[in-house]
This record gives sequence, structure tokens and C-alpha cells, in this order.
Amino acid sequence: MTTTDTLRKDDAGSVPAVSRKRRRGAASGGLRRAIPATTLLWVLAALYGLPVLWFVLSSLKPAGDLFSLPLTLFPDDPTVSGYKEAWASANFSEYFINTTIVCVIATILTVGVSCCTGYALAKYDNKWLKVFFVCILATTMLPAEVMLAPLFLVVRDLGLYNSLSGIIFPALLTATGCFMFRQFFLTVPDELIEAARIDGARELSIFMRIMVPLSRPIMLTLAILSFQWRWNDYIWPLLMLNDPEKFTVQIGIQSLVGAQNINWSVLLGGSVISMVPLIVVFLVFQKYVMNADINAGLKD
Amino acid sequence: MTKRAPDASDVSVSPPRRRSKYTLAPLVLIAGNVVLFALFFVWPAVIGLVYSFTNYTGVGAFQFVGLDNYSNLFGDSTFYGALTRTLLYTVLFVPLNFVLSLLIANVLVSKNAKGASVARVFFFIPWLLSPIIVGVLWRWLFGENFGLVNYFIEKVGGSAVPWQSNADLSLIVVVVAAAWAWTGFSMLLFIAAIKNVPTSYYEAAALDGAGPWRQFFSITLPSIAPTSFIVILLNTIHAMKEYAVFASLNNGGPGTSNNLLVQYIYQTGFKSGQIGYASAASFVLMLILMAVATIQMMVNRRVENR
Repeated sequence: MTTTDTLRKDDAGSVPAVSRKRRRGAASGGLRRAIPATTLLWVLAALYGLPVLWFVLSSLKPAGDLFSLPLTLFPDDPTVSGYKEAWASANFSEYFINTTIVCVIATILTVGVSCCTGYALAKYDNKWLKVFFVCILATTMLPAEVMLAPLFLVVRDLGLYNSLSGIIFPALLTATGCFMFRQFFLTVPDELIEAARIDGARELSIFMRIMVPLSRPIMLTLAILSFQWRWNDYIWPLLMLNDPEKFTVQIGIQSLVGAQNINWSVLLGGSVISMVPLIVVFLVFQKYVMNADINAGLKD
Repeated sequence: MTKRAPDASDVSVSPPRRRSKYTLAPLVLIAGNVVLFALFFVWPAVIGLVYSFTNYTGVGAFQFVGLDNYSNLFGDSTFYGALTRTLLYTVLFVPLNFVLSLLIANVLVSKNAKGASVARVFFFIPWLLSPIIVGVLWRWLFGENFGLVNYFIEKVGGSAVPWQSNADLSLIVVVVAAAWAWTGFSMLLFIAAIKNVPTSYYEAAALDGAGPWRQFFSITLPSIAPTSFIVILLNTIHAMKEYAVFASLNNGGPGTSNNLLVQYIYQTGFKSGQIGYASAASFVLMLILMAVATIQMMVNRRVENR
């Protein structure tokens, strides 16, 4: 219905003198085009949604029903016992707190250093800044996964082994973040800075008072990305943390998967719990991710 | 400041902007990242390169062994296995992800498809899931005795497919799972690129009688070439360093048949303590990544110059 309506409006708007017959033809043509495209879209969406749906619905089944045939999509008697068991066992609440600490601190610091660097790269014209920009882009070529062993030694020698800061600090420099802020500050007119300079403002206070507030949308976008990266990190925390009290959520879940006999009820419950924070953050700040002009230099 | 510059009258040339006049402010601004770059990039890269020529085990003294690590690496069948498996995984994952995300991006921006803003969320949620969760989720779906997929196969009369115990099928499950999980990200880049193609191109093509397929191949695809290049590059790098999905989906198995390079580096470096040897393997991986980036940059330049 909406298809035909909007199409008719469009037609009427662009070509006011169009005949009634022609208009109806265009409208039914629009409907004919809309049906296959809409069907394709929703078939694909169903294919993408189904695995998650099956996973979440399974997690609501009581442990005894998980493998009982015939498999049913909806649990007969939904229960959250799997969640409760997962939360209580295996220090899950502790893992959650650890991961949250890492995510929050790392995100704040990442946004801070990226904003500063992005502004410097966009608004100052020094040779060594250009060199540093190339250096930052080079980090995408050599991700932490590739340098596991030497990076481990460095962090150990800095005395950060088996501490949460050992996960946070190596992850702060991101080419994506610097690049996003650089692209944004390039669009901010130079006249703004010139005017502030004429008024006698100092360089750093121009940055703090004018530029930082302007870049709020980019900050939010990068914050969401950074939160997601750190929440989902696996291999680096696995190497860094030795003490089960400091484990993050992902390590906790992988230790459930690695067990000889997988307790699927607990695993499903724990996995779903670990998905919740990111999905909530995403749904709340959807537009900042979806409309973000993220581009080259994105990694992780 | 710029107004005082003598060549300010020359409007065609952009006036010299704040040059080295400001040194302290940018230096302060980038200081944080310079320190991070030096500590967590330059330092490990340098010692990694040095250790790759030694027999260092992480503690104690070490000796320089020249190119031994590298020559051993090329005679190591486990390393070759991991390398070819990684390349195979990349060759399967990158095109599948490319096709899926391009298809979905096109459908999402099409004016004919209704409910795109809601459907978009469905494609995006898998990207939010951690690789570990993606692995668990697909393991649950493709379990040999309990999975939903085998249940349906048996229901329609087939016999249970060995998704876990056959090495190749197991790899395929990971490829599909990873392509599913990474669609959201590539799709986002494609949507931005497709929206930037001027609509007048399509209008002109439609007037000339070009159908949707023709429009896609003659207008959309060439116009978004730079984005396609970035998507392929990022996905290739991502695939070459994949580990977590394998860890939770099949733990590199059955056996060690699906151990990828990062898992190999992890195991030689941290399980057997051969830091020097693992560093050498890291540098081979780095050289491959650089080669991939260089080739893609050259191809991209040639495409753009045409």
C-alpha cells in the first residue's frame, strides 16, 4: 500500500500533467517491482536471524529438553535456569565486572588519544606529522595477533603481565580511531581556528573548548566500536591473564567450550548473557553506527 | 597569519597554512599515541625481528642461530599445513563475504524493498557477537548428533553429515559462520558507497533501456570499486589472523587439521616456549600480509587509472 502511495506522490510531484491511466500503470509496476525485492530482503534477513533465534530460544529450554527429539523451535516450558546456573558457576559475575572495567577504561582512553591525534593530523602541517600518519596506518598491517610473542615479552617486561592494564594499554592505539577523527576534523573549516587565534585563544584551549565538543558524534561512534572490540577480545586476554580471578567473559566462555563434556545448558545461558550488553548498546546508539561515515583504515 | 603572507594575493594557490610555526601544540596532542606506538608497535616489532634469528625461549640466555629458524620453518610440515589451511580459508571466506554483503547492501538500499531499516538490524547483530560466541552458536547449529541442521537433514531422509569429524566440512562451517558474522561490517561500507553513486547515472541508464542487472554491472560495480578494494583488503587481513572462531567452533580440529597460522604461532610460542621460532613464523605471516596489501594497492591503482 505504501509503495503505491509514495510512488503516486512521486509521479505527481515530478510530472504533474501525467495521465491517470499512466499513473496507475506506474503504481502497479512499482508494486510488481516491490514484491520480489521485499521478498528477497526478508528471506535473507530470516536466514541471518535464524541462527541467533535458535540459539536464544534453545537457551531458554530446561537442560533436560535440549536434546530431546523431535527438536522444537519454541521451548515448551521456558526457564532461565541455564542463565542462573551460568551466572552462579564459573565466576561469571566476576568475569563480567573485569570485562566491563577493561571496556570502559580502554574506550575512554582510546577516544581521548584518537581525538587528539586525529585533530593534530588534520589541522597542523608538519612533515613529522605526515610521517606519523603513515606509521599509524602501518599498524593495520601488523596486528597484535601477528606479533603475539614479542608483544607478550614487551608487556611482561613492562610489568603488566597478569593485570587488566596489560590488556588495556596495547589496544589503545587504533588506526581506525585516528583516521575517523582526522576525516572529521578535515571537514571543520580552518576559519574557526583562525578566528579563535585572533581572539587570542591558545592552541590547546581551541582544541579543548571548540573542537572536542564539535566532535561528539565521532566520539560516540568510536566509543561503540572500541567497546565492541574490547568486549569481544579473546586471544590477547588469554595470553595476558593467568589468574582465573582476572579472566574476561570470552575466556570464561571458551573454557566452557574447551571442557571434555560440554555442559550446553550452562554454555548457552552464559553465551546469551555475554551477548546482551553489546546488543543493548547497539540498539540504543544505532544511528551512530549505521550513519557513521566509517571508511578506510578500519580494522579489528 | 596567513593574511600577512606575501603570496596571499595568489588565490589559485592555496595559501601556506600553519606551518612549523606550531610545533608544541601538535606534539602535545600526538604525544599519547607516539608513546603507545613506540612501546607496543616499534619495540615488539624490533625485538621480534631480532628474536626470529635466535633460539630464545622467553627466559634466560639465547644464541643467534642465523637463518636457522626460517630454514626450519620451510621444512616444517605442520607450518606448511597451517599456512595452506589459512590461505584456503582466506580464499573461501573473502569472496563469500564479499558476495553476500554486496547483495545485501544492494537490496537494503533498493527503494523497492520494504522494511529495510528493520531488516538491517538482523544483518548487523551477528557482527556484534564475539568470534567465540559465533563459534559456539554454529557449533550448536551444526552439532553432529544434536544440531538443528543434521536434524533437518535426517528429517528429509538424509543421513547425518559429519560436520565436526570431517576436516573439510568443518572448515566450510567456519567459513560460512565467519562470512555470516562479518556481513554487517562489509555491508555498512558498501551501503555508504552505493548511496554515493549519483542517481542521475541510473536515470540515464534506465532511459537507455538498461535493466537492473546491466545497471548493477555497468554503474554500481565500477563506481564502488575503491570500497570493494578496501573491503577485500580488510577481510583478507582479518581472515589471515583468524583464530577465535576456530577455537570455539572446532578447536582447530578434528585433530590439528584446521590449525591456522595464528594458532600455530600461539602453540609454538606459548605452549612449547619456542619464542624465536614463533617470531620467525610471525614474520612470514607479516610478509604475506604486506604482499597482499601491495598487490591489492597495485591492482587498485591500475583499475583507477583506466
